[in-house]
Amino acid sequence: MIKALLFFCGMVSVLTTLGIVGILVFETWGFFQHVSFKQFFGDTQWTPLFTNQHFGIWALVSGTVLTSAVAIGTALPLGLLAAIYLSEFATKNFRLFVKPALEVLAGIPTVIYGYFALTFMTPFLQNFIPGLSGFNALGAGIVMGMMILPIIASLSEDAIYAVPPSLKEGAYALGANKLATIFKVVLPSSFSGIAAATILAISRAIGETMIVVIAAGQQPNFSFDPREAIQTMTAYIVQVSLGDTPTGTLAYQTIFAVGMTLFLFTLLLNLFAHHLRRRILKGHL
Amino acid sequence: MRHRFLKENTIENAFKAICFLSILLPLVLIVVLIGDAVIDGWSRLSLDFLTGFPSRKPELAGFLPALVGSFYLMLLTSAIAIPLGLGAAIYLEEYAKPGFLTSLIEINISNLAGVPSIIYGLLGLELFVRMSHMGRSLLAGACTLALLLLPMVIMVSRESLRVVPNSLREAGFALGADQWQTIWKIILPMSIPGALTGIILSVARAIGETAPLITIGALTYVAFLPDSIHSAFTAMPIQIFNWISRPQTAFQTNAAAGIVVLLFLMLFFNALAIWLRARLQRKVYW
Repeated sequence: MIKALLFFCGMVSVLTTLGIVGILVFETWGFFQHVSFKQFFGDTQWTPLFTNQHFGIWALVSGTVLTSAVAIGTALPLGLLAAIYLSEFATKNFRLFVKPALEVLAGIPTVIYGYFALTFMTPFLQNFIPGLSGFNALGAGIVMGMMILPIIASLSEDAIYAVPPSLKEGAYALGANKLATIFKVVLPSSFSGIAAATILAISRAIGETMIVVIAAGQQPNFSFDPREAIQTMTAYIVQVSLGDTPTGTLAYQTIFAVGMTLFLFTLLLNLFAHHLRRRILKGHL
Repeated sequence: MRHRFLKENTIENAFKAICFLSILLPLVLIVVLIGDAVIDGWSRLSLDFLTGFPSRKPELAGFLPALVGSFYLMLLTSAIAIPLGLGAAIYLEEYAKPGFLTSLIEINISNLAGVPSIIYGLLGLELFVRMSHMGRSLLAGACTLALLLLPMVIMVSRESLRVVPNSLREAGFALGADQWQTIWKIILPMSIPGALTGIILSVARAIGETAPLITIGALTYVAFLPDSIHSAFTAMPIQIFNWISRPQTAFQTNAAAGIVVLLFLMLFFNALAIWLRARLQRKVYW
């Protein structure tokens, strides 16, 4: 009896997955009754709420890719160097203090990051980049980089830490100095782990919502210029949700079609990252 | 020879300095972020702000419905997510036998943890708001957030169950207790302190969640306090977002003040979690 009840608790997670997939498939199916695949994948304009309707998902995908690329461009070098410092140079006390402090970055509500990107980062960047619009992918992406930095730093540090000391000692014994050991032995051996960390961080960046809603503008724009205002997939879902959209309308179905695209992107990235991490656990570096 | 050694040493030190700066920069940015919000919002931080209702006049607008909404949301979400999460964790750690179903549940939980929060919003919109006819109520919001939290609650609870040594389980059985009695009387009391810390941290994270609540249609302008679980509501991050998205700069000041309150509460919950862990952790030697 109790066991059955507890089993049900465990099954809630399976039911949640089924619910997500079921609802996304159902509404996306309805969406594609009205809109052809060619309109969805063969167009670069996204204007489903206008009278002249276009359903080119690439306008939202490009915005999502652009902000995520800026975020990774910020977080990967910083996070990786931070991980190297923590595992190779830092004292034990420094690690004990700094690791939780970095975790704070991941725990700050993203609406606060959005405010920071809009009122601090963008005006700050405008000092150096003339022509940067008030809403832009660059400021939002950099601040998003701050948010995902702890993921990269902490998971990369785990990967670097897992490199067997014997490998490092071997390098030192061959006369390599510390830098050569780090770049020729430690980093190549922990490559899978660092790659897995990066992929998980990309997945988080793609699904991130409030920063881009607030600071990147709400203009679906098939462009890879980070100075311009763009719209991401997540930001579109929020834009529609802020209005009152009745069930069953095409506008209502579009957010599920966009949600489905977003879900597939993050699912593939997460599965790939898990695959890499499983390989590491099995001992293939 | 000596010359080369010195040069290598300089390069190494330079690299070390760059690595150190990479850690320093994000930490400095945290301080700038908090400082920025405090400076922007300082002029609005007062008791009137905490006890006032939203208004079209920025200097009169208050944060009360958002504070109360977040508080109720947190209670309801915990009431749903904690029993479900603990139950699932107990099942997986104590009862489940390795097999297809168990690995299905485990893979599911780790995948769910990676699903973007806005997707949970879409699930909540269709499942709770529309199909279950809950409307845009506190209950619908809490159910959505509970599903979002569940993977995290399950993971931290499992970890705290795992550290209870097997000898204690065997001692329970040897005294004639059945499996549930052993779990209820021995294992749970031992693992609660560890689980509690993680659970408080996940619940604290839920108060900061914005996107799923906007997606299910939480209101952005609420001039009343929710009176039941079926009532419409707003929450702190949503009110902040509403103020940010208004063009007048005076509302930005309100947003900054709201951010300071939200950050303070997050800090409080983090401190509470650490304090509770230190206090509840009995000195047990096994």
